[in-house]
Amino acid sequence: MNNFKSIALAGLSIGVSALVFSGVAHAGKTLDGIKARNQLVCGVNTGLAGFGAADSQGKWAGMDVDVCRALAASVLNDPEKVKYVPLNAQQRFTALQSGEVDVLSRNTTFTLTRDASLGLSMTAVTYYDGQGFMVPKKSKIKSAKQLKNAAICVQSGTTTEKNLNDYFKAQKIAIKPVVFETLEASVKAFFSGRCQAYTTDASGLASIRNKEAKNPDDYEILPELISKEPLGPMVRRGDDEWFAIVKWTIYALLEAEEYGITAANADSMKTNDSPAVQRILGSSEDTGKLLGLDKEWAYRAVKAVGNYGEMFERNVGPKSALKLPRGANNLWNKGGLQYAPPIR
Amino acid sequence: MASTEQQSPATPPASTGGTKTSRWRSRAFRGLAYQVILVVVVLLVGGYLAGNTLENMRVRGIQSGFGFFLQPAGFGIGESMIEYDSSEPYWKAFVVGLSNTLRVAVVGIVLTTLFGTLLGIGRLSRNFLLRTLCTAYVELFRNVPVLLQLLMWYFVLTDWLPDMSAALNPVTGFFLSKNGLSFPIPVWSAGHFATLLGLGGGIAAAWWHARRARHAFEISGAQWPVLWPAIGMLVAGTLIGWLVGGMPGAIDMPERGELNISGGGAVTPEFIAVTMGLTIYTAAFVAEIVRSGIQAVPRGQSEAANSLGLSRAQNLRLVLLPQAMRVIIPPVTNQYLNLTKNSSLAVAIGYPDLVSISNTTLNQTGRAVECILVMMTVYLVLSLLTAALTNWYNTRMAIKER
Amino acid sequence: MAAANAMRSLIAARPAPPRTAGSLSWLRRNLFADWKNTLATLLVVAVLVDWLPFVIEWGIVDAVLRPDNAACRALEHAAACWGVIAEKYRLILFGRFPFAEQWRPLVGMVMMVGLLAVSCLPRMWNRWLPVAWVVLFTCFFVLMRGGFAGLSFVETAQWGGLPLTLLLSTLGLGAAFPLSILIALGRRSHLPAVRAFCIGYVELIRGIPLISVLFMASFMFPLFMPPGKTPDVLLRVFVGITLFAAAYLAEAIRGGLQAIPKGQFEAADSLGLTYWQAQRKVVLPQALRMVIPSIMNSFISTFKDTSLVTIVSLYDLTGSLGLALNGDANWRQFYFEGYLFIGLIYWIGCFSMSRYSQWIERRLAADAV
Repeated sequence: MNNFKSIALAGLSIGVSALVFSGVAHAGKTLDGIKARNQLVCGVNTGLAGFGAADSQGKWAGMDVDVCRALAASVLNDPEKVKYVPLNAQQRFTALQSGEVDVLSRNTTFTLTRDASLGLSMTAVTYYDGQGFMVPKKSKIKSAKQLKNAAICVQSGTTTEKNLNDYFKAQKIAIKPVVFETLEASVKAFFSGRCQAYTTDASGLASIRNKEAKNPDDYEILPELISKEPLGPMVRRGDDEWFAIVKWTIYALLEAEEYGITAANADSMKTNDSPAVQRILGSSEDTGKLLGLDKEWAYRAVKAVGNYGEMFERNVGPKSALKLPRGANNLWNKGGLQYAPPIR
Repeated sequence: MASTEQQSPATPPASTGGTKTSRWRSRAFRGLAYQVILVVVVLLVGGYLAGNTLENMRVRGIQSGFGFFLQPAGFGIGESMIEYDSSEPYWKAFVVGLSNTLRVAVVGIVLTTLFGTLLGIGRLSRNFLLRTLCTAYVELFRNVPVLLQLLMWYFVLTDWLPDMSAALNPVTGFFLSKNGLSFPIPVWSAGHFATLLGLGGGIAAAWWHARRARHAFEISGAQWPVLWPAIGMLVAGTLIGWLVGGMPGAIDMPERGELNISGGGAVTPEFIAVTMGLTIYTAAFVAEIVRSGIQAVPRGQSEAANSLGLSRAQNLRLVLLPQAMRVIIPPVTNQYLNLTKNSSLAVAIGYPDLVSISNTTLNQTGRAVECILVMMTVYLVLSLLTAALTNWYNTRMAIKER
Repeated sequence: MAAANAMRSLIAARPAPPRTAGSLSWLRRNLFADWKNTLATLLVVAVLVDWLPFVIEWGIVDAVLRPDNAACRALEHAAACWGVIAEKYRLILFGRFPFAEQWRPLVGMVMMVGLLAVSCLPRMWNRWLPVAWVVLFTCFFVLMRGGFAGLSFVETAQWGGLPLTLLLSTLGLGAAFPLSILIALGRRSHLPAVRAFCIGYVELIRGIPLISVLFMASFMFPLFMPPGKTPDVLLRVFVGITLFAAAYLAEAIRGGLQAIPKGQFEAADSLGLTYWQAQRKVVLPQALRMVIPSIMNSFISTFKDTSLVTIVSLYDLTGSLGLALNGDANWRQFYFEGYLFIGLIYWIGCFSMSRYSQWIERRLAADAV
């Protein structure tokens, strides 16, 4: 059967190309595949500054990208061993389902439908978000309720489309959605003035406003948040081992912040008196064995990208270009929602 | 046609030469073997792919089936000719998408035909400037990808036009801005029903007149005027209907609102860009077809018409075009089909056509296979219908040899 | 008597016929033949006088050529900003390919265009040409991919711009060509199953838009494969384009097959040639020669159609323009100039190919006599 398939494929394409196009990954367990390949394949955004975007040199950066780097550090001992596959909103689930990527770290909202019917599992929330609106300041719109009959630009293939409809239907306000295939096209249309408002997750709005607008001060993000958008990485269903690794790597970054471990002090903290810190950094108990990793898996992740707080500050926080407040993404003991189960 | 189709190598006797031992030398046997191999290969590939798909869906718990078409869609559609609400099911959303595709296709086909024919005739003009201009147009627009042209028109429409608050108002009642074109439309009232009836009556009368004129021509050779009386009947019928209906005259004028221009009819910049782009692109091809169709008519026909004393316009209308039509129609239908298929590119500029709706549904439900299958089937049916129509026309128009 | 009569009714001398040579007469015939013609001339001239100065001012006289963003913005679209091309041309032409390594796609592209030009000369049509193409594609892939002898490794996801457009169209059509010959032969075969399959294939593909094939390659195909065995998206899209082009190419070739006189088949049969021998030595050489213009048309279409891969997020020439301008708020407003620039590249490619197609058509017609 396999022979036959390769003959059919070879007949269709020219042999040379088949040799050269790679990407035919592994079969079987995700972790084994990653190790065999010595590379993590990570599905990321096509370009959303602060979350996942490549610079002109092709170097990727952002919160979602840092999750990939942390994973590569804990599994492969090198945060650079990641292949980034930029995916648009429509491609992302098929890419993950089909094994084209090992993990989808692309500001993706967790919902029941996605969890239950797409054959995917949600790991941990890396960013608590909500959908908002952005308008040009000169329109003098101060509330989403003023958007009667307005054209609203939105990207296809997102939860946003449905939320938009639900919200305005409940408010009994008629609007005209203008739906684009790609983030780029929708952003371009909004900035050209085609739409009176742009809608996506609030973090996305901040990113677009601060990184894409000619002059960020010309645009205003409206106060209403019309939905809950918990964003985080997804993996394929049916590989519990890999699911656990992704989930716990994120928890480890959160735990690290809670216990004050940073990229800079990770080495010196190894000898810290706190048993919890020792457990996280692998200087006492071997928590890695339970996950199929080695002792220092969490230490390497923190060392590579810093703890969750550092990751947040660097990519999207008040001092970054996006200037997002920590808000709901603060740790539970600082008034936020980020509450990692203990590494124990 | 049928005879040329089957002029493949003549089938020789079942066995050639003396090697009766090898059945492979029998052409009939080999033919059968080839076919069996092909069928088996197709079945194996199909089975392999289908098997993989089912296995993948099972393992990952992806749900399948067409049942979701009955569930509420839950997303809005920016523009639609038919009433649609987000609480209606997915199949209705698909119908809306199809209607949007057809709207672009119909408007595009009408404009392309007019524009392309003019250009094609212009390419044969005796006027050097006109001829060169038309040639330049054709060479310019058919050699640039249509997607690029759509993107370009859309950019011009949305980036260079003023905001809605400063909409251009070239003629009273018409507003042109980034949000599209608004124009006055008559308000529907019961009286318009009579107008429509009158129009129908006018069409019937014009048709009847044309028939009688042709009949008279065939019997006695008398040439009755057809065009102007027919137009007169249409106008008169419509007018009478309108008068009978009580002269409904309410017109919905678009007005500048706070955020938006409200009232009247409106088309979005997406629709304008798609229609304009496709028309401009396809017209270049139609022009070439029209030109070569006219040139395909033997020169003697034109000369004969001249010697009969027909004017240039008469020559074109009575001699050249009827003959050129036979050459022109099949490739032009092909272009119509291309235009319809190319309207799928609308998805790149945010026009809610069939492809766009199908993609949105795909993303909401995750039913990739079902959505893409439905979309492909619709296009396939459209093109098979067109092909059937063309065939019917070809048989009708074929030269009847007596 | 008769002569006298004839003498008496001598017709008066007529003026000499108007000169048909010379510029004045040319003007009269081509621009001012009658009042309609004159009116058309005046209208066209009026339009040109109205528009040409504007176009020239917009595009040339007032345009900013330097990559000077402030100067460009000051124009407020009253004139073209070609500075955007000067600033971004490398990103537009080569997409995400690492900046320092862009000589590699450049070399590959030059080689490809060179071989394309060589392939256009009928003198060069021999058995070595396909070999040359295979060698070229191998070199191209090796060069682009790197990963040896100090060349850094560049994954296919980073390939983009004009080289990708050229690669997809040449390799796509190259792979479609053998396939389409089989389909065209199959469609005329006397074996019902083979014929039905080929007709079904061609009509199915020609009935659907390319974009749906690309969506299928992009979203649906991964589900057809066993987990983890899904090929690269570039390969999937490439296969999609190949399968699509093959259907149209097959129809072009079938046209040539239909034009072969029946006597040729009978002659081949009477020589005792087998089916494949007859096709290879008698039928195809004649049929293919006859349809070279249609094949060129298919090539032009495929070249233009590759722009559609943008919609499934590959960065061909059209896509890399978006890549270059979208992320940069300073230059984003000069998209129109960018569109004109890549439009010009496409136009040069398509126009020269269509001119070549006309030339070869005349030449082959002359050869046939």
